[in-house]
Amino acid sequence: MTKGEYYKIGFLQRNSSKIFNVTVYALLIVLSSPIVLAYAWLFLRSFSTGMAHGFIPTGLTFSNWRFMWEQISGLPNVWHVTFNTFILGGSVAGVVLLVSSMSGFALSRFAFKGQGKLLLLLLMLHAFPTVSLMVAIFYILRMTHLLNSLLGVILLRASMDIPWATWIIKGFYDGIPREIEWAGAIDGYSRISIWRKVLLPMVKPGLIVIAVFEFLSGWSEFIFITTFIFSNKWWTLSQYTYTALGGYRFADYGLLTAISVWYILPVTILFIFANKYMTQMSLGGIKG
Amino acid sequence: MVEKTKLRPFNKALPWILLLPLVILVLMFYILPIVITMPLSFTSMGLSFKWLFVGLENFRNIPRDPIIPQIIGNTFIYVFFTLIVFNFGMAVLLSLLTTSISDRWGGFFRTLWMLPRITPSVVYGLLWLWIFDPSKNGLLNIILSVLGMPSQDMFHHNPMLLIVFANGFVGASMGMMVFSAAIKAIPIEYYRAAMVDGAGWFTMVRKITLPLIRWHLLFITAYETLSLFTSYQYILIITNGGPVNRTNVWALYTYQTAFSDFKFGYGAALSLVLVVVGVIAGLLYIHNIHVESTSGNALEI
Repeated sequence: MTKGEYYKIGFLQRNSSKIFNVTVYALLIVLSSPIVLAYAWLFLRSFSTGMAHGFIPTGLTFSNWRFMWEQISGLPNVWHVTFNTFILGGSVAGVVLLVSSMSGFALSRFAFKGQGKLLLLLLMLHAFPTVSLMVAIFYILRMTHLLNSLLGVILLRASMDIPWATWIIKGFYDGIPREIEWAGAIDGYSRISIWRKVLLPMVKPGLIVIAVFEFLSGWSEFIFITTFIFSNKWWTLSQYTYTALGGYRFADYGLLTAISVWYILPVTILFIFANKYMTQMSLGGIKG
Repeated sequence: MVEKTKLRPFNKALPWILLLPLVILVLMFYILPIVITMPLSFTSMGLSFKWLFVGLENFRNIPRDPIIPQIIGNTFIYVFFTLIVFNFGMAVLLSLLTTSISDRWGGFFRTLWMLPRITPSVVYGLLWLWIFDPSKNGLLNIILSVLGMPSQDMFHHNPMLLIVFANGFVGASMGMMVFSAAIKAIPIEYYRAAMVDGAGWFTMVRKITLPLIRWHLLFITAYETLSLFTSYQYILIITNGGPVNRTNVWALYTYQTAFSDFKFGYGAALSLVLVVVGVIAGLLYIHNIHVESTSGNALEI
């Protein structure tokens, strides 16, 4: 063996973990690059006059954001639509919080017949794809006069997420020692007052997580809006963006990206400030 | 378990009163739709919303429908390739890579891959319209021109590839998170022992990691197959099944039959398949949660 060869093997051996790390990072960066590039483009494009070579902003402009102060043909007033979106997000969060905090309490703190079966049913419903029931849901909404109404979409979206939220909040209730409840009972509280005055404040972290996630769930809802809402009086930003996408696809990226950035603003803020919670929770909330 | 009912004697009805809103919503938006879908599929219900029972007519029409063979072919291609390349393949790769580096950076890359999932679907659709933009402004064509290759019009040449990519970048994150959690639960001693024996990364992945997470691999494969089969949201936004049904799949065709052609009876018949798939997915999910809770693996990033 010559000295040179010996050195070469030694180099590889000494640096094998470094080489390995660089390879892993390089692979991850390459694989993730479409995501990074696409989101970077979205933000840059919304503020630029155009893109040289598709990716380099040519100049700063706010004219892409004209939908905020001008009428865009084919689209309703964006402020009205944004208001509807807020109502949808807020109401979905409200309904889910109310229903899941009640049912989570019942499932965690009472022993009753059918409890185990109900818990399993909720798990199963969580994994069940709602989209396969659209035809029947359309019929039910029509029967109950909830078609073309935000209330219908609010109840529907909330119902889809309640099985998940109930499981989450039940976990939080389960973590509270029973002695605390007994203490409340000795003080003369009823079960309901114990729930309201003792347990609810203690599961607040869980309620906050559900509120945030459900607001976003309502905020992002698309299929139910586009299927069950007919009048643009009740449009939300998903239908607004979808319609803009239909009218201006490949043609006016400036307008489309500006609308999109406006639409994902709350998501972005939450992603930056609470991404650890968000990713954990959204994984629980997804149906795959 | 016993003492909680004994806390107060009048509590028998109380849990059900608390559960009432949940029960009403579940009945209204899950149970009732599942029950209604069946009789609905035996009618020719259209925009008149009349229950005209036509027997097995709808089910006889499915094999006669001239688009159905193409729809079935597309569905197979869509599910198979999205699953193999992304929801399974990419998920395994990402979980192996992100658990091989520091937890901080591994978590960073996993968070990055969660981004498509929490982005509203219409905005996410726009990103892919740009990436595959047929003009030279799209990301793909920018990269191709840098490499000195001619521009591609994926929307006409290979629209299904576009759909697979768009769905895959969302779909990979579920498997990635499940596998990463499972890998992190493997005792580090196994790897230390293997390293003492001189095993390299690939050997350790093959002989330790993959065998130990095989149940998770199996679960994700089965569950993602079923959920891909029933998903159509991103296809609807990006191509709406076009051009001329080349990206149309069973779930989207069901949706279009009901809500573009307003053939609710036929739509219900088509969606019965999806309901069955959904029930299987639900049972599978329960089963897996049971396995998870007994093996003590908790999901975390």
